Amino acid sequence: MWTFFHKLASPPHFYDLAAKFIPWFAVLGFVFVAYGTVAGLFFAPADYQQGDAFRIIYVHVPAAYLSMMAYMIMAVSAGIGLVWRIKLSHAVAAAAAPLGAWFTFLALATGSIWGRPMWGTWWEWGDPRLTSELIMLFLYFGYMALRAAIDDPAKADKASAVLALVGAVNIPIIHFSVEWWSSLHQGATLIREGGPAIQTSMLYPLLAMIFGFTFLFGALLLGRVRTEVLFRERRSRWVYNLVLPDEGRG
Amino acid sequence: MNEMLAMGNYGAYVWSSFGLTLIVLVACVIQGINRHKSVFHDVKTRIRAMESES
Amino acid sequence: MNDVILNMPSVLRGFSAVVRRDILLAWKRPGDMLNPLFFFAMVSTLFPLAVGPTTEQLAFSGPGVVWVAALLASLLSLNSLFMSDFEDGSLDQLLLSPQPLPMLTLAKAVSHWLIAGLPLVLVSPLVAITFQMPARTIGVMMVTLSFGTMSLSLLGSIGAALTVGLNRGTALLSLLILPLAMPVLIFGARTVSMAAADDAVSAGVYFLAAYCMLMLTLAPFATAAALRISNE
Repeated sequence: MWTFFHKLASPPHFYDLAAKFIPWFAVLGFVFVAYGTVAGLFFAPADYQQGDAFRIIYVHVPAAYLSMMAYMIMAVSAGIGLVWRIKLSHAVAAAAAPLGAWFTFLALATGSIWGRPMWGTWWEWGDPRLTSELIMLFLYFGYMALRAAIDDPAKADKASAVLALVGAVNIPIIHFSVEWWSSLHQGATLIREGGPAIQTSMLYPLLAMIFGFTFLFGALLLGRVRTEVLFRERRSRWVYNLVLPDEGRG
Repeated sequence: MNEMLAMGNYGAYVWSSFGLTLIVLVACVIQGINRHKSVFHDVKTRIRAMESES
Repeated sequence: MNDVILNMPSVLRGFSAVVRRDILLAWKRPGDMLNPLFFFAMVSTLFPLAVGPTTEQLAFSGPGVVWVAALLASLLSLNSLFMSDFEDGSLDQLLLSPQPLPMLTLAKAVSHWLIAGLPLVLVSPLVAITFQMPARTIGVMMVTLSFGTMSLSLLGSIGAALTVGLNRGTALLSLLILPLAMPVLIFGARTVSMAAADDAVSAGVYFLAAYCMLMLTLAPFATAAALRISNE
């Protein structure tokens, strides 16, 4: 068991293994997303209250879910890197942050587009989910800004790991306080909790989209981690053999 | 067909959401590939330069 | 005998030594202490000028304005929390001392609150009166501000420790700390607004007290870890 992890965390082994996994993740993600898009746009029945506008759920919810997931991945791997000093996990944290920021942006943008026909406004402060997504985006910006501000890469890894962990402790508190804050006004949420049960013909495309987005995210993340690993290991022997295979001296 | 694309007058919102998602995903893929290529290239030139020095 | 006492690493002695030293330094350089206060007063003046002088408008926006101004003012002084110690080398002494580092970072945060937070709380009634706040609301505001500024000093000490030695200064620190400080702002400002509307305020006050306790227990450790990392 431990030797497996040890081997996985070794940069050259990970670099090769990730290259094998990326096409599988990409194909699986593409298949799920293709099914989810077609079924969600054309075969799922229109919502009885929101009409066809509800179909935005099929991109909004996966993006929002992955924006949280990416922060979890970032914080957990940052913590692992801090405690067990595994260099690979710092590379994962560094690679997850910009992707997470992009998915957060996507969740915000689609939520805003969805809000326009439903609430009659592009931005509704009363919706706790949109507001917490916005704060989430700021957390990602802070993390990336701190990383960019520190020149020494090892120091940047550790300092940003502390920030990611502090953020992870605070995220539930932020969500809770934003919920409380908006519950004092008239709540205007898109997805009503305890509302009418969602039909399976609506639900299956959504699940497919969530799976598909997760696989695509996995492929993107592995690709970025590979780039990080390559750059971080640029002075090592295996990178030497990798970039100069013909002239290599083994 | 046109009726399907119109999405009950919500077409602009639905299609712009899906289009934006597609653009961001494709941009992420392209950016990732480009970054990997440029890092690979930089590492290679660096190693070549060191090689010729020694 | 004196040496024996000095060599005993008593946790409280290190704590009080740091607090006493920081307060003495602030006393010698009153500008550090007064600037955030002036900033607080000026930001609070900007809002009526920008929004308009009607009594209803002022009474409505008062709690939010006071809280935003307090948040920005305490953020302004956070940048210097470890900076002067870093520059004159006393930060190295803190790191090398036999005292547990979290206790010393807690002392730094507490003295920052005594220097920057407490004066703000004491001055806030003056601002509140100009916003037509009734006496009960002012009381609630001072209680929430006390917990809130304490939490901000602790939370901010993490950010200050992470950015110490970087020349990016306040902008980066604000980017790191402001998103994390939003629960404090939300509960602080809303509780004062609810007090102004004669609603029950205990929920908000309890939350702020609980958040302050959480930060008192967690922040010193995170700050200590961050300080060690930035000074490797």
